[in-house]
Amino acid sequence: MPFKIPFMPEQASSMAGEVDALTLYLVAMASFFTVLVAAMVIYFAIRYRRRSPDEVGGSFDNSALLEITWTVIPVLIVLFTFVWGARVAFRLYRPPADAVQYYVTGKQWMWKTQHPTGQREINELHVPLGQPVKLLMTSEDVIHSFFVPAFRVKADVLPGRYTSLWFTPTKTGRFHLFCAEYCGAEHSRMIGWVTVMEPEEYQAWLASVPTQGSPTAAGERLFAQLACHTCHQDAAGAKGPALGGLYGRPVALADGRTVLADESYLRESILNPAAKVVAGYEAVMPSFQGQVSEEGILELINYVKSLPAGGSASVAAASEGAL
Amino acid sequence: MSRTGTAETNYLNAQHGLKSWLLTLDHKRIGLLYLMGVSFFFLLGGIFALLIRLELLTPQGDLVQPDTYNRLFSMHGIMMVFFFLIPAIPGVLGNFLIPIMIGTRDVAFPRLNLASWYIFMAGGSITLLGVLAGGVDTGWTFYPPYSSLYSATNVLTVGIGVFVNGFSSILTGLNFMVTIHRMRAPGMTWFRLPLFVWGHYATSFINVLGTPVIAITLLLLVLERAFHLGIFDATKGGDPVLFQHLFWFYSHPAVYIMILPSMAVISELIAAFTRKRVFGYHFVAFSSIGIAVLGFLVWGHHMFVSGQSVYAGTAFSLLTMLVAIPSAIKVFNWSFTLYQGSVSFDTPMLYALGFIGLFMIGGLTGVFLGTLGFDIHVHDTYFVVAHFHYVMVGGTIMGYLGGLHYWWPKITGRIYPEFWGRMSAMLVFVGFNLTFFPQFLLGYMGMPRRYHAYPEEWQVLNVLSTAGASVLGLGFLLPLGYLLWSLKYGKLAGKNPWGAKGLEWTTDSPPPTENFRDAPVVSEEAYDYAGAGHGDGGAPAPARAH
Repeated sequence: MPFKIPFMPEQASSMAGEVDALTLYLVAMASFFTVLVAAMVIYFAIRYRRRSPDEVGGSFDNSALLEITWTVIPVLIVLFTFVWGARVAFRLYRPPADAVQYYVTGKQWMWKTQHPTGQREINELHVPLGQPVKLLMTSEDVIHSFFVPAFRVKADVLPGRYTSLWFTPTKTGRFHLFCAEYCGAEHSRMIGWVTVMEPEEYQAWLASVPTQGSPTAAGERLFAQLACHTCHQDAAGAKGPALGGLYGRPVALADGRTVLADESYLRESILNPAAKVVAGYEAVMPSFQGQVSEEGILELINYVKSLPAGGSASVAAASEGAL
Repeated sequence: MSRTGTAETNYLNAQHGLKSWLLTLDHKRIGLLYLMGVSFFFLLGGIFALLIRLELLTPQGDLVQPDTYNRLFSMHGIMMVFFFLIPAIPGVLGNFLIPIMIGTRDVAFPRLNLASWYIFMAGGSITLLGVLAGGVDTGWTFYPPYSSLYSATNVLTVGIGVFVNGFSSILTGLNFMVTIHRMRAPGMTWFRLPLFVWGHYATSFINVLGTPVIAITLLLLVLERAFHLGIFDATKGGDPVLFQHLFWFYSHPAVYIMILPSMAVISELIAAFTRKRVFGYHFVAFSSIGIAVLGFLVWGHHMFVSGQSVYAGTAFSLLTMLVAIPSAIKVFNWSFTLYQGSVSFDTPMLYALGFIGLFMIGGLTGVFLGTLGFDIHVHDTYFVVAHFHYVMVGGTIMGYLGGLHYWWPKITGRIYPEFWGRMSAMLVFVGFNLTFFPQFLLGYMGMPRRYHAYPEEWQVLNVLSTAGASVLGLGFLLPLGYLLWSLKYGKLAGKNPWGAKGLEWTTDSPPPTENFRDAPVVSEEAYDYAGAGHGDGGAPAPARAH
């Protein structure tokens, strides 16, 4: 927008302008109806004010034409509003294919973030200008909500599942990050900053932050440490299904259902393995609830995602063989 | 109209003593019991609101501790929603007026009616106990897992209090439904009913069908907290979002439990102070039913960012748009009633006109929030806070105060001072807008709700809001003073001080215990100001059988 509209927060993402355009339409629509009704009421109230104590009103008290008019026109307007709003929302919900995934864990009362390259931050998130960013988020305790007004994005962050949101920053600077879902005593201090940097600056910043390696590498260490490989291996007769090439593929379950192996499925299978048992396997895996942190689970998932399809011993093949 | 002399006995002086009040089966006295109950809880909720606004005067969060602040906004919401907004109009005005308006002696089940009040007071007392023990800090929404596992406050006590209170709503709803179906006077057909009765009829349906769901939900929460059942606990395979679905399945219709009775009052006020039949009577009546039905299908719009699928969000957005239509129909019909009316500007009418303005803004911003792409940004911000206060304070309380002034002469037999009435209506309107309009702007700028401290750039708007709240508070306190004053010093009202239509204006003020000295028979439409048989300009009573 060429001029600054008062009371609008800064527009710093690719979607901010679209949301603001929708807002301006809504304000214009509402103003039109408010002024129309206010003018009608004020005019009638003055024009037909009571002039003698005994006066009564007229008998014109219904009109099908008027009723149809003031039913049909609002119906058309709200349907138009709905369509516009839904179009904006679908874009807000669906990240572009080239979005880079970052990780967010909420807990009372801080935001923990992690870069795809492994750098961790607290109550801060640095991202490069112009790069579509997708956040994969979960909570360690209660429900939180990740909200950056300048980007016009918000999504609740829930315990026990992953939610996500995305944005493409279009302006460098520091932008408020708030928790928008009430989460207890220090809710209003569960705030931070998203810093948008020029890509070169961002690379320099990344290099300056010590890291223990990428989440994938960390996940690999954790995988070994928890001895996952004793069961999950590419061998006939293994107790657990092999994990190579698993991510993003449909998995046949013992109860006949098929589920997509996404982040939520992988997470559930680590914490509550009995919930969805792969066809051809026994429910022998213990739960890792309480043994792995939310960050650890994300790292494990990252590692599993990185595993290449392992040929004949892949999950799908194994389950087909068992059937 | 044979007995024009001063009535010797009425429902107020028929019996004396505390026992005659606490054991009364008279719907009018029960209405007054509710008046005392809801006024107390309104005052309490108002004090909490005042402290919230004082805290937000400065950005640092320096007046009270965060813990205290969280309890203040939670108790404000719980007191106002469950113990004032929901019971106020049906409990006070509905109880007093429905039997009189349909021309009968009492509600269908007078004992049940008294029991409803006791249940309301019991629920309120249990909740109050929770407040005195330190309150609750979950917000009025009680979202788990915060409420079930993390909050260290009196969630059990307050949850049980609200749970108990729900039965009062259910039983009152049941009582009104049966009364309206079975007890109408001869000639009082469905389409001769005052719109006040239609509005309460629709509300009763929501109360009876919706309230059991919040009861079950709160019970589950109490069990979850006490025994760790795991229904809403993700670590035990439960789902915290399930609670939100159950909670809003009631709590969205509850918005209509609060606003429909107010709309019902507004229809009466507009008719009386234009001396004209409400425009499009049938459309206004059926729009109440439409709101009641559609209101059950839109709860998911409270959950657009909760992780619910975008397809569910889209469906709820569409349904939310549709629920705006019956409200729009009402507003247009009320406004058009003024056309060719005989408009006077007494206090109740000022409240009614104020209602139209504030409810317009509340309703239209509801359309904003139903718009999926817009809601994501403002969800859980002050925009939402402003919106629902425009509906609940701008809508419900304007209607309640307008109605209380309009029927005050009937309830007490005395007239309140008109000048002070108009002053209070103006103060409430101005104070309200000053309090809540800046919150729309704060919300769009990104200020999240339930924040004890906030960034400094938002202070100016918060100061305006707090200033408005003090004007609003004064506007609410004034009636408390002059209405009480009028009990003793107000002018005697006579049967029909407004020259209004409706059976309640044909009987004495205050009415006798049995409501009518001669059982009424109805032979004309509602609000038949311009109809045949009218001519004396004053207060033509509906024809009666003698």
